[in-house]
Amino acid sequence: MNLRRTAAIGRKELIQIRRDPRSLLIAVVLPLIQILLLGYGARLDADHIPVYILDQEGSQNSQALLKGFQASPYFDVVKVARNYPELVRAIDADRCKLGIVIPWDFSERLGDGRPVSVQALLDGTDNNSAQLAEGYATAVVDSYANRIQLDWFSRHGLSQQATVPVSVDYRTWFNEDLESKNFIIPGTVALVMALMGALLSSLTIAREWERGTMEQLIASPVTPLEIMIGKLAPYLIIGLLDAISCAAFAVGWFGVPFRGGLGAFFFTTTLFLIVILGIGYMISVATRSQLGASQYALLVTLMPTAMLSGFAFPIDQMPVAIRVVSYVVYSRYYVSALKRIFLGGAGINDLIPEIIAMAIYAAVIAFFATRAFRKQIE
Amino acid sequence: MLNRVWRMIIKEFVQLKRDRYARFVLIVPPILQMLIYGYAATFEVNHVKIAVIDYDHSQESRDLLSRFTFTGRFEAAKILNNERELKSLIGESDIPLALKIGPGFAEALRKGETAHLQVIVDGSNSNTALIAVGYVNQIANQFSQDYARNRLNQVMPAMVANVPQIDLAPRPWYNPDLNSQWFFVPGVIGSITLILVVNITAFAIVREREIGTLEQIMVTPIRPFELILGKTIPFFLVGLADVVLVAVVGTLWFQVPFLGNPLVLLLGVTLFLLSTLGVGLLISTLCSTQQQAFASGFFFLNPAFILSGFAFPITSMPRAMQMLTYLNPLRYFLVILRGTFLKGVGLNVLWPQMTALAALTFVLLVVSVARFRKSID
Repeated sequence: MNLRRTAAIGRKELIQIRRDPRSLLIAVVLPLIQILLLGYGARLDADHIPVYILDQEGSQNSQALLKGFQASPYFDVVKVARNYPELVRAIDADRCKLGIVIPWDFSERLGDGRPVSVQALLDGTDNNSAQLAEGYATAVVDSYANRIQLDWFSRHGLSQQATVPVSVDYRTWFNEDLESKNFIIPGTVALVMALMGALLSSLTIAREWERGTMEQLIASPVTPLEIMIGKLAPYLIIGLLDAISCAAFAVGWFGVPFRGGLGAFFFTTTLFLIVILGIGYMISVATRSQLGASQYALLVTLMPTAMLSGFAFPIDQMPVAIRVVSYVVYSRYYVSALKRIFLGGAGINDLIPEIIAMAIYAAVIAFFATRAFRKQIE
Repeated sequence: MLNRVWRMIIKEFVQLKRDRYARFVLIVPPILQMLIYGYAATFEVNHVKIAVIDYDHSQESRDLLSRFTFTGRFEAAKILNNERELKSLIGESDIPLALKIGPGFAEALRKGETAHLQVIVDGSNSNTALIAVGYVNQIANQFSQDYARNRLNQVMPAMVANVPQIDLAPRPWYNPDLNSQWFFVPGVIGSITLILVVNITAFAIVREREIGTLEQIMVTPIRPFELILGKTIPFFLVGLADVVLVAVVGTLWFQVPFLGNPLVLLLGVTLFLLSTLGVGLLISTLCSTQQQAFASGFFFLNPAFILSGFAFPITSMPRAMQMLTYLNPLRYFLVILRGTFLKGVGLNVLWPQMTALAALTFVLLVVSVARFRKSID
């Protein structure tokens, strides 16, 4: 391999990128749009859940429970419904996600110790939001129940019993306020890398074929290896610059913590980019058309990174067969590394398993990529 | 006129039939997406692995801990002997939760003081963590309730029956098991048809322009409006076929119910397909090569997909982003899809979405057709 010739190919590729507005768009604008879209658009937090409350009793007790919902930051009590059909219509028409029904014999039952069920009608269509809403609503009702009970114990001269037997103390690590942006945004770096890397590298060889410059390239004294490295090196550098700007955006704009080592970040990003660029390059060699290449490249890189990497959907909740497949998805290791670098403060030596998996992947892809392109005119 | 449009439609279908890539795109990605979303896209929280540290080794602590594994929500994956092991466990393994019961737990309970259950949560996946925390609260609260009644029972058995008891009885409607598949599968119909129809429409027109056959069509007696009809009707039908394909696979394979009126869904599908045809047509007027059409398509489809409520609830987005979603046809279509599939509601409920979608479709079609006619003049 001759360094001078490789550098010449690299310089040619850089000039090509600079003069091609579309490549510039993909390299500069797309990552920014993507991180903004996902940073703002991909959130799972449920606060201000719209609630209708049907208070069939309208007593002081039921009002106190109602106030519990009004005071909760997670709920917006949109309306106190007058009757059951109104509540049903509201849920049907998506005006509220939760309907609370306080029964007409609420106080009576509380008074004589018969169990009272407060019904929570949940819109289960979006099962995730429903689950969150259920958890928050249970907390409101439980805290009301505790208050009532403590009160009851004191009133009946049993103040020595008026304690909550067990209280739960939480210590949350890595994402202390359980904000979904801190969960989602580190993984978006992987999505951006996959998207940008695949789109750009899939054009490299296909462009030469389409524009008819391939024969010139083949006739020149560069070896296939020099072509590959010369063509991909500029994208590796662009990719790393994009990764830095994504991380800077995540930290500076969205306030995601970055607690780990920069070395680990660059190292894992480089490995991931090698895999992505290698795949894009091979697709480019195989399809010979820019259009087909970018379509296949998106299918092979973006799809698995979005779905099977644990970026948003937890891998451990998937069926066994899919979980097995996810081990083959290279993005899984990078997304896991990113989350641990951003939130967990991981350095290179904490990420040995991920790095080994990605290194093996990178080596295999690089090996096949070097063999993919032959200097031959048919 | 009908004859000319008919010829054009036949020509498009012949072209589709002979295009290997198009045939592939029409069938494989929809099925693949359906399977991937059906199986991989899940926000459910079951069998969460927990680590347990019990310093107390009492009857009470064991009772509390056993309640966690009893529900099926949690799975005791590791018993730890001390806290130091936690550091290398939480965040570095697939165990997101640890329960710690300190020494003196049972003693505090017996003395009538508040005993503490400490929960260490890996917040990296905030969503799973939040839902798991909800379950922990429920279980601990139930334990607390039972213990308090027991305690009272020992001193004043007569009073126990009078202690006020309240619980929340959750009734999830439309999706009683809170199954993720029921949420995602109807949505896939929307996302697949969006991607598919926008792309094939834009490509079909731009391809003619790129390879120069648009000129040939221009010199035939066909009128611009007939050309538009001839170009869009085939893709409308193809889109419809894909909707049926995905809907059938979704209901039969994933057992997602369809409770609503098929005609209401058909109206929604029609409006939505028209809007996607409008977008495809619009993109075709902006591009002269398929490569450009692909890029433009991506720049539209990507935000349309993220800002639709497909996976991420619109209500969780910041206000400005929520405003943007009103311009997104997929947003309305998803409500119609989930409404007809899961809720079984009809036009009396879905009319706002239908109206909005119809208005959006109308504007899109008027603008795109006008631009298209200009672009071929």
